[in-house]
Amino acid sequence: MQTIYTDVLVVGAGLAGERAAIEAAEAGFSAICLSLVPSRRSHSSAAMGGMQAAMGNCAKGEGDCPDVHFADTVKGSDWGCDQEVARMFADRAPIEMRQLAYWGVPWGRVVPGKGTYYKGGKLYDKEEKEENRGLINSRDFGGTAKWRTCYVSDGTGHSVLYTIDNVCAKLGVEVHDKTESISLIHDGVTCFGAVARCLRTGELRVYLAKATVIATGGFGRIYPGTTNAVICDGGGHITALNTGVVPMGNMEAVQFHPTGIVPTEILVTEGCRGDGGTLLDVNEERFMHVYEPEKQELASRDVVARWMTHHIRQGKGVKSPYGDHLWLDIRHLGEKHITGKLREVYEICTSFLGVDPIHQLIPVRPTHHYSMGGVRTNKDGKAYGLSGLFSVGEASCWDMHGFNRLGGNSLAETVVAGGIVGKKIAEFLQGAEVTFNSSVIDAEVKKQQERIQNVISCKAGTENVFKVRTAMQDALFKGANIFRTKEGLEECVATLQDTLARARKVGLKSNGKGVNPELSAALKIEGQVKMALMLSVGALNRTESRGSHNREDYPARNDRDWLTRTLAYWKNENDDMPTLAYEAATEIFHIPPGDRGYGKSEIIKADTKAEEKG
Amino acid sequence: MARLLKFNIFRYNPQDPESTPHMESFVLEETDSMTLFIVLNRIREEQDPSLQFDFCCRAGICGSCGMVINGRPGLACHTKTKDLPDEITLLPLPVYQLVGDLSVDTGSWFRELYDTVESWIHTSKAFDPTAQEERMEDSMAEAIYELDRCIECGCCVAACGTARMRPDFLGAAGINKVGRFLIDPRDERTERDYFEIIGNDMGIFGCMGLLACEDVCPKHMPLQNQLGFLRRKMGITALKSFFKK
Ligand SMILES: Cc1cc2nc3c(=O)[nH]c(=O)nc-3n(C[C@H](O)[C@H](O)[C@H](O)COP(=O)(O)OP(=O)(O)OC[C@H]3O[C@@H](n4cnc5c(N)ncnc54)[C@H](O)[C@@H]3O)c2cc1C
Ligand code: SF4
Ligand code: SF4
Ligand code: FES
Repeated sequence: MQTIYTDVLVVGAGLAGERAAIEAAEAGFSAICLSLVPSRRSHSSAAMGGMQAAMGNCAKGEGDCPDVHFADTVKGSDWGCDQEVARMFADRAPIEMRQLAYWGVPWGRVVPGKGTYYKGGKLYDKEEKEENRGLINSRDFGGTAKWRTCYVSDGTGHSVLYTIDNVCAKLGVEVHDKTESISLIHDGVTCFGAVARCLRTGELRVYLAKATVIATGGFGRIYPGTTNAVICDGGGHITALNTGVVPMGNMEAVQFHPTGIVPTEILVTEGCRGDGGTLLDVNEERFMHVYEPEKQELASRDVVARWMTHHIRQGKGVKSPYGDHLWLDIRHLGEKHITGKLREVYEICTSFLGVDPIHQLIPVRPTHHYSMGGVRTNKDGKAYGLSGLFSVGEASCWDMHGFNRLGGNSLAETVVAGGIVGKKIAEFLQGAEVTFNSSVIDAEVKKQQERIQNVISCKAGTENVFKVRTAMQDALFKGANIFRTKEGLEECVATLQDTLARARKVGLKSNGKGVNPELSAALKIEGQVKMALMLSVGALNRTESRGSHNREDYPARNDRDWLTRTLAYWKNENDDMPTLAYEAATEIFHIPPGDRGYGKSEIIKADTKAEEKG
Repeated sequence: MARLLKFNIFRYNPQDPESTPHMESFVLEETDSMTLFIVLNRIREEQDPSLQFDFCCRAGICGSCGMVINGRPGLACHTKTKDLPDEITLLPLPVYQLVGDLSVDTGSWFRELYDTVESWIHTSKAFDPTAQEERMEDSMAEAIYELDRCIECGCCVAACGTARMRPDFLGAAGINKVGRFLIDPRDERTERDYFEIIGNDMGIFGCMGLLACEDVCPKHMPLQNQLGFLRRKMGITALKSFFKK
């Protein structure tokens, strides 16, 4: 078996992983990134809208600064975030945008002079200053006090990822694409690297590293419909939770995006609403201004998604063979804007829906979009539980997003956190002496080989992996969606327990040779169901509503009992349920819990008299 | 009654000694808004779980799913069955190394390209984290992005006669990449430097100008303009250096 040594092994070659690898490489360490797909096809490339950073260059961003960005982020998180982390992020973001400009990102720039913009379907004037000509421009996104989202047309993720990958090529950061990490090598104290499966040949390989980083992105594919790419399947998280000692943070914090298209769930960017698009109901009437007079269509995503679902439940949805939906209207933005700044949206609508958004309405409804939860780390990106293990990007719970992340804050997180955590990794490596224990390595390899043999030979059974996967997805969709209840979640957990038993009996129908896709799916299914259980049990336990977690039976945000982060462990491989623990959401309060200013809800304050926690 | 569609799919698993290259047929009933993404996943889940193919974004953004669809390279996720006849033939992209069935290795091909054309900004300036960003006209940023939009799907390369004959040909995607850096004011390379990379048969002078590339590009990249522009530019650079000698 091939064994490859490197200082840093980054599992994931999206923006977060590659950005961290660059820091390590610049400090003189060898770095290898693994990826399921060529790095530039990583899901980061699909992000259209942009990244938030308080540049304050454009007219509607005037007076912006990291303090305001920080405050928006904390409010957006519904006070669920780690405020120290959110602070570091907001402070660093503008510098990172300039760094990206230096590396080659063709950011949209300020054009001086008078102009107009739309808000809530109405036209307004603005004037850009001559003195700001050519500085990095920003557009409007939901939940923010200022126009703060830096963008490259509507291909921000694409352009930034291509730029970062170019820097990796320049610095000699290796990318081993078509390579899937299937387990971590560790002794319960220290992580030594990973066992990976080559997706060109199907062979196993061992990667040994002083520092291992999980940067594998989101895990939306445990839901049936999601805006996430098909490779966002949680494979990286599974390797962490299978260690038994690394917890997942806030798995119940799941974001639904207001504008997934119907059918196919492809995302159309928040930029549509940021640029003045409106939401309409079956009568082709706006409704968001009734629910949210202040922010209207541009309240935070959890709030807009909730009101949309509520409005559909009121019978105001548009009936279709794919279920009820609402309309997104960008017609008034005009052809030039739609085929220019929103070109990708135009292409998606015309090629996947046969809808021409210049003249027609776009069918949309809230769709699974983002995982705030993930591998729990401290503020340096070090994973809890294992030394030498880090995590960064959407895969991690670093935790600047709490229970709802703002549009534009995730793509920004990937590069900002990538830079910060990458530096910490380099510091860690300076002093690191690691002895690789061959018996630990051999045992892990043997375990994986046996696992593969067993599913190929149907040792435990012949359950069909695709059917088990569908059962898991449907359970989450039914029970752990935008609105949640005790009954719904209990049923979801029960179904998932049954699904877990089935997942343990999966056997292949095909021969499993080479890069067999059925085998890839089968190796993940048990771990995926475990993640689904962490999510739903966490949601069932959390008897409050916070950000994107909405309990209809507990509508209030409860700062007295639940200003906490859930930590979910899977202690023993054969356990049937996760083990939950809790920690304070934040050690330091720069902004005490208060009203968000949108998405009005009842708040049980921290200093109200405590009752017995049920 | 919905159409019954017949898919003839190239099958070969190089890792299985018993496998030989052959075509295999699958039949599916057409559904509303059906794309080849839906088709191939259904075939895998309902008929043959060993079928290999690549999708990622399934939204025409990431460039994973290039294949030859009824003789023409294109993105499978972007292809609706209603635009196709009852019988559909799917082959892997040529030029690239086959991984299995419809899956090819575009990753290695493009990584080699980045090194060949040094697809990064060459600058002698250091980054100053305390300074304001350097200014750029928005129209310049847009012009760069226009060439940066390529999703490296490889369709243009697969459609190119030169690329099929010369393994070292950079292809329209590769030559376009050089154009992207050439217009970027942040890159300090001179025309001579670019000439070193593409002023030869591996680059712009290998191109026969038949424009199969632009025809198949799913992103409608302005390849014809780009190739023409660079051919003139490199021609002039060649002349200049000829007279200097
Ligand atoms: C459609 C869409 C649009 C978005 N738009 C925006 C936006 O406008 N603004 C914003 O702020 N955010 C946006 N987001 C969110 C944002 O894009 C993501 O959160 C972010 O890009 C994640 O980056 P990442 O580097 O963490 O992971 P990714 O870019 O997803 O990269 C993950 C990497 O891990 C690799 N990988 C995964 N599993 C394994 C494994 N087992 N072994 C080896 N490698 C593995 C993958 O191959 C990939 O290289 C959007 C998300 C979606 C779905
Ligand atoms: S130029 Fe067009 S066809 Fe060629 S790789 Fe780029 S996007 Fe694909
Ligand atoms: S124009 Fe040039 S690059 Fe394009 S297909 Fe023809 S030979 Fe290839
Ligand atoms: S899957 Fe991304 S382009 Fe087709």
